[in-house]
Amino acid sequence: MSTLSVHDHSVAHHEEDHGHHHHKETFISKYIFSMDHKMIAKQFLITGITMAVIAMILSILFRIQLAYPDKAFPLMETLLGRFAPGGRLDSNFYLALVTIHGTIMVFFVLTAGLSGTFSNLLIPLQLGARDMASPFMNMLSYWFFFLASVIMLSSFMVQKGPASGGWTIYPPLSALPKAMPGSGMGMTLWLTSMVLFIASSLMGGINYVSTVLNMRTKGMDLWKMPLTIWAFFLTAILGILSFPVLVAGVVLLIFDRSFGTSFYLSEIVLNGSQVQPFEGGSPILFQHLFWFLGHPEVYIVIMPAMGISSEVMSVNSRKPIFGYHAMVYSLIGITVLSFIVWGHHMFVTGMNPFLGGVFMITTLIIAVPSAVKTFNWLATLWRGNIRFTAAMLFAIGMVSFFISGGLTGIFLGNAALDINLHDTYFVVAHFHLVMGSAAIFGMLAGVYHWFPKMFGRMMNERLGYLHFWLTFIGAYLVFFPMHFMGLDGVPRRYYAFTEFESMKQWLSVNTFITWAAIMAAVAQCAFLFNFVYSIFFGKKATQNPWEANTLEWTAPVEHIHGNWPGEIPSVYRWPYDYSKPGADEDFIQQTVPLSQTMSSNLPHDFEDNPTGLEEHAKWASTQQSNEQVK
Amino acid sequence: MGFKNLFNTKKILSLIAVFMLLGTSVLFAQDAASAGASASPATDAAAKDTGLPTAGYYILMFLVVCFFIGIIGKVFRVYDLTQQIRGKKPLNWNNVMGVMCIIFLVAGLYGAYWSFTVQGSMILPAAASEHGGILDKMFWTTTGITMTVFFITQILLFTFLFRYRYNAKRRAHFLPHNNTIEKVWTIAPAIVLTVLVIFGFFTWKSITNSVDAKGEPASINIDITGHQFAWELRYPGKDGRLGKTSYKLVNGSNKLGINFKDKYSYDDLQADTMVIPVNKSVRLNIHAQDVIHSVYIPAFRVQLNAVPGLPTFFKFKPIMTTAQMRAKLDKPTFEYEVLCNKICGGSHYNMKKVVRVVTEAEYQAWLAQQKPYLTDQLKKDLKFATTEDSKQVQQNRLALNN
Repeated sequence: MSTLSVHDHSVAHHEEDHGHHHHKETFISKYIFSMDHKMIAKQFLITGITMAVIAMILSILFRIQLAYPDKAFPLMETLLGRFAPGGRLDSNFYLALVTIHGTIMVFFVLTAGLSGTFSNLLIPLQLGARDMASPFMNMLSYWFFFLASVIMLSSFMVQKGPASGGWTIYPPLSALPKAMPGSGMGMTLWLTSMVLFIASSLMGGINYVSTVLNMRTKGMDLWKMPLTIWAFFLTAILGILSFPVLVAGVVLLIFDRSFGTSFYLSEIVLNGSQVQPFEGGSPILFQHLFWFLGHPEVYIVIMPAMGISSEVMSVNSRKPIFGYHAMVYSLIGITVLSFIVWGHHMFVTGMNPFLGGVFMITTLIIAVPSAVKTFNWLATLWRGNIRFTAAMLFAIGMVSFFISGGLTGIFLGNAALDINLHDTYFVVAHFHLVMGSAAIFGMLAGVYHWFPKMFGRMMNERLGYLHFWLTFIGAYLVFFPMHFMGLDGVPRRYYAFTEFESMKQWLSVNTFITWAAIMAAVAQCAFLFNFVYSIFFGKKATQNPWEANTLEWTAPVEHIHGNWPGEIPSVYRWPYDYSKPGADEDFIQQTVPLSQTMSSNLPHDFEDNPTGLEEHAKWASTQQSNEQVK
Repeated sequence: MGFKNLFNTKKILSLIAVFMLLGTSVLFAQDAASAGASASPATDAAAKDTGLPTAGYYILMFLVVCFFIGIIGKVFRVYDLTQQIRGKKPLNWNNVMGVMCIIFLVAGLYGAYWSFTVQGSMILPAAASEHGGILDKMFWTTTGITMTVFFITQILLFTFLFRYRYNAKRRAHFLPHNNTIEKVWTIAPAIVLTVLVIFGFFTWKSITNSVDAKGEPASINIDITGHQFAWELRYPGKDGRLGKTSYKLVNGSNKLGINFKDKYSYDDLQADTMVIPVNKSVRLNIHAQDVIHSVYIPAFRVQLNAVPGLPTFFKFKPIMTTAQMRAKLDKPTFEYEVLCNKICGGSHYNMKKVVRVVTEAEYQAWLAQQKPYLTDQLKKDLKFATTEDSKQVQQNRLALNN
């Protein structure tokens, strides 16, 4: 124990020497090719927000098309040129918008923007590490991500437009450049971008896992880690194990597109008479490979949001998270199960029906840990003392969306019911609530909560309130009616609902949804303004503005290389000692030893510590006898 | 801080004023231009609407809204300060948000109720197929269970928020865990889900069983082939069997690649509408030529992807004729329809085939009028030994009829 601390001391001195004498940070090494985890987190966050805004604008464009399929908007032609001839979106470009919206939101915003930001920021700070295990790889991770983003967006500049086969890019549609304009150069760029993205994600993930396993501070055993870290840790494991499978799928697709192989292609005739030479491939193979990543991916998206919400809700209800162990075990359960449920995306692809039955069983099992988490969040709020910070509101919003969207998953996970719901608006509503809105709310909760940690200033709470209510109401107005469209058999990815008599009744609903979406999109300006303004002019933050227990709030407000001046603090307790009976304040930080809080200690605190328990019993009995004397 | 000076309020105000001025002048200019255009058609080309002025107008409106929100923010701030000066408590935002939560809950419940009744009545009518009935029953059971959970959890969530909003005098109840209750809410959903899984598993198995059972009258085999962007149909002729196909045989005159060396193919019929008899089992053989499509007939609760190189099947039995459905829905133009439900290209949204369910007699009459794929032109192209073959077929048919 003593050797460890001595070692830490020497490291700290070394760092200080560095800072004072030799190590002059230039603009480039500080802001661009930074290897500091806090700066990389900010880079991920700002790139993620930028991508989110772009993807949101794309969604507004195609929502306008759905609301007014017969109307021309001259502005569209001015802005989009050949993609909107005569002011009306081209039907192929509509599909491109849908595709790129999905790709950016799922991968670039909710995977890199969410995990990248908060894993980088919080893993070292909440575990008590000076930086990531490999800062250089961390830097590469960001720059690969940045490059992937640039390539993805550059596909709007090519002649035939971006990839447009849906974000799932099922071959043969994506494999045959003649099948649609977007399957030409746009799809090549999409595939290149995704390979780089996956490389970025893997470098990040390996870093997160090794940091969590090896670089925890003294006393920080796994069961003392905050739920955020558990969530990031398991998310990283999921990513490491599943992303390579997508690379495999993507590489085979590149082979099919460029080198004349037929892994996914078989018996194809184009334009009614051009017989293609492909034989023996299976389009279903790609779907298996894609969803083997694709399903864990939705948990990669939602688990960090769950972790962040758990932490934020506990801090702001001034109450320990209910069932900490159950929360961790359900995260582990979700992690494991998420690998064996991918087939529920493929019930009606013509896959062997028996397989469908098996995947249905595993899928509905995964609902159990999700339900446990929801009930535990509700129990955390029960008899709490709830502070409505903007972060808290977003965490609550996350829970509300997770319930609403999660329950419809029970319909879709049921193979028999999926026959009629597959690929309808019911699915769109389901996943936009459960992984889209819920995850983005988790991310926003994180931004509001840890903004003081990132930028040393506070965001404006009232603008946060405005942002929350408009977005929360907007999201429900957008996605709730979509369930009913799905139950009427309205398919997703339709350019217009004008061709089928039966779908025309939904036109007014579509107009309503579009206006709700525009309102929610405009509300994001409140956030963007708040975010940018607060970086420069926000109220200066104190060291522990939310009175939270976790380790990051013991680090100084001013960022320093190595996070803590001097020794890294040791950890003595779990992170959720809020409102503990007998304590002076309603929070006890993890760095406070049990010996300093005799009056609030419980026998439970000494579960693995028999000598401590003896001491506690002794103290309690003397206390009791003192009472009697009085 | 140089930035701070840049952003001081007076300058922002004047900036907004400048924007408004600019916006209105642009708008007026636009009005004048359009007025001019209508007056003299010669300038039409010059005054082509770019949409920019309209956008500018909306941006202006947005800025005005932002400005008002800013003012409201300032009003709150001033109110807070005066309260503080008077020695009173400033506005308690925890209470405000708690109340907002309750308002949201009540409004949301009403909204959900409205949505369920108004939009809920716009959904598909009861299934018009045999297996669809079972699916509908299962759907409503699942809806009952999930909606109960939905309302209970959402109500608890928002009432907790209101009930336990911050109060400086109170302390939260320290409750880290309770094993009993955690066990309860792990096992309860597990039981409910097990029931749903068992129910679903057997239903799924019975629906996807596409082979005719022994003793069961044979299903009508219909081939449906998807390509960009239409569906092609193929009915068996008198022999009740479909001929073999191969994608290598596809060309302009043989669009399905039917192998006319197979004698079962001689009488295969083409059709524009999928006409099927009521109360008879139909087996759709689903094919695709170029990319993945999906045969989706919502009214029958039928959906299966059409995958190139992987033929798939779906068996169902319609139980209501189109005429009966029209009467039931009181929509004289109602048609059952096949949609494409897997993204397949630019015209994916318009890939329709009408399905008409008729009585057995009407079906037979209709079938007799359909033309075979093996046209005279094709016979010539394929250098068929026409006379002998067709005679033979004729005899076969006679034999079958006997």
